[in-house]
Amino acid sequence: MTENTTPADPRLLAFEEKVANDQRIEPKDWMPDAFRKTVLRQMSQHAHSEVIGMQPEGNWITRAPTLYRKIVLLAKIQDEGGHGLYLYSAAETLGTSREDMVQALHDGKAKYASIFNYPSLTWADIGMIGWLVDGAAIVNQVSLQRTSYGPYSRAMIRICKEESFHQRQGYEATMVLARGSAEQKAMAQDSLNRWWWPSLMMFGPHDSESAHSGQSMKWKLKRESNDALRQRFVDQTVPQAEFIGLKIPDPDLKWNEERGAYDFGEIDWEEFMQVIAGNGPCNRQRLQHHVKAQQDGQWVRDAMHAYELKRQARQAA
Amino acid sequence: MDAQKTALLNYCIALGDDSLTLGHRLSEWCRNGPFLEEDLALTNVSLDFIGRARLFYSYADEVEGQGRGEDDFAYLRDCREYRNFLINELPNGDFAFTMARQLMVDAYDMGYFTELMQSSDPTLAAIAAKSIKESRYHLRRSKDWIIRLGDGTEESHQRTQNAFNELWAYAAEMFEMADDERQLFEAGIAVNRCALKTDWTSSVHAVLKGATLEIPDNNWAIGGGRDGQHTEHLGFLLAELQFLQRSYPGQQW
Amino acid sequence: MNQQTLPLFEIFIRSKRGLDHRHVGSLHAEDPAQALDYARDVYLRRSEGVSIWVVRSSDVTASQESDVESFCEPMDDKPYRHATHFKLPKEVDNM
Repeated sequence: MTENTTPADPRLLAFEEKVANDQRIEPKDWMPDAFRKTVLRQMSQHAHSEVIGMQPEGNWITRAPTLYRKIVLLAKIQDEGGHGLYLYSAAETLGTSREDMVQALHDGKAKYASIFNYPSLTWADIGMIGWLVDGAAIVNQVSLQRTSYGPYSRAMIRICKEESFHQRQGYEATMVLARGSAEQKAMAQDSLNRWWWPSLMMFGPHDSESAHSGQSMKWKLKRESNDALRQRFVDQTVPQAEFIGLKIPDPDLKWNEERGAYDFGEIDWEEFMQVIAGNGPCNRQRLQHHVKAQQDGQWVRDAMHAYELKRQARQAA
Repeated sequence: MDAQKTALLNYCIALGDDSLTLGHRLSEWCRNGPFLEEDLALTNVSLDFIGRARLFYSYADEVEGQGRGEDDFAYLRDCREYRNFLINELPNGDFAFTMARQLMVDAYDMGYFTELMQSSDPTLAAIAAKSIKESRYHLRRSKDWIIRLGDGTEESHQRTQNAFNELWAYAAEMFEMADDERQLFEAGIAVNRCALKTDWTSSVHAVLKGATLEIPDNNWAIGGGRDGQHTEHLGFLLAELQFLQRSYPGQQW
Repeated sequence: MNQQTLPLFEIFIRSKRGLDHRHVGSLHAEDPAQALDYARDVYLRRSEGVSIWVVRSSDVTASQESDVESFCEPMDDKPYRHATHFKLPKEVDNM
């Protein structure tokens, strides 16, 4: 925080006091430039994640195996889009625009959750994404309901209300497969084998390695550490897998009676870094898809604007 | 099953197929919309149509009385057994094509469900009463879009004109009835679809004119959907739709 | 990239008769009528029978934002949106 402020700047003190008292910082409040930049980065990347996340799930809409699964999947993906909208809304309170945020995504300056750079290869992946990916997101999002920036906190509360449906429908769909034919059970196990470790990676690096963690924790944008959230996710998910007879693909997974938690193996951080750097299986495809949808929609947005100008001119006449 | 019951069964299946094929096409826009708000709106319309399909298939099952569920109708019949209008199975094309098709179908649905609400069959009347609320919203949307696109930029105008020029041939089928359907109409159950044409034509013409678009030449028409004579597009639609059920027969999902 | 910017609208929802309209967020649309339609699609998927107000964000004069939101009762014919719709065995019913 290096602005034209002296150590005794009352604006900074007021800001820090609000944060210390767990009060929300609202859009019109004074805030350090770095805080504004950080919360904007976090919200816009969260929004991008929701929208990019529509792609791996959207991949199976036309192939959903029953009408019920089809409408549930559509409703879920629609929710993801809606969550993106809530978050873009919240981000725009800081004076940026959706166009700028999308441009940053297309330029590679803004990131999105690495998990969505993996492909949805089978129908089982749809249930798995709901169970694991939304499950991990919920652990993170419940914590974020208490984030210090007001619009972000409120968006997270709204999102959390809707998110539980996502995880439940994913688990239910997985359970049906796990209790189905041998082929269906194998499909579910194969899916778990592919999605388990990327789901753990969703919580980010160990906090000791994370560039942003310290400052975000200080500002209460982030309320709990990456490792704490990851542990919570593992502890809640392992029994769920055991209940339906699926095996977590981690030979080091073991209940630790002393800690009252599961010990688990080390993440392949090389894979994580590669995916973050843009070399995951689907990075290029996800971005190209988003760019194409945006470009294909350009003439539509232009038409809307042209019509509106004509309409205003007619009214004025 | 007697003739009237068979006719009623086929009637319900056709209505289910109309709704499912169009709902399926609309669902393809999810994550591909021109901007996020419109993506959500299109998905809502898709959900309305698929929901409608489920109601019609459920009723078909009840009429048939053999325990064939909604998924059996949707996933286990081949093209030649599908009875939807051809207009519903056409690929989405660009956004102009999608909304032009939607306008034509929504205007038809408003007229159709208004009449079906008077059906002596209480289930069909109830489905119609629910559906018409949805269609009112769908029609307002598609009208607004056609006007914006027709009277927007040169490009949007041209795309929309091209769309209607191509789609116009598919309208006639919506207003033709076969004998068994006529008999259902005599029995007070089905709608006289031939009688819907005049109002449909004037309301769609009015929208096109308001959008500065030309009414396409009406010199060619194609139909056959109610007899299972489809375009080549339906085969691919069903191949995707039915893939899992066909590859893993008889399973729960 | 030169893009046309759709204007931003703030959305207010009355969830039940007798209650006030509350701010729930914002969205982009070309005009107020379209903003109303989109508000329904974005903010009312789990409810019915409500009232929506849309206001151009540029028309809002704020001293300090005090957003409060409430959300609508689930009265929908799409019950599958709701977590309670999914019956899970008791052992894992903690999602």
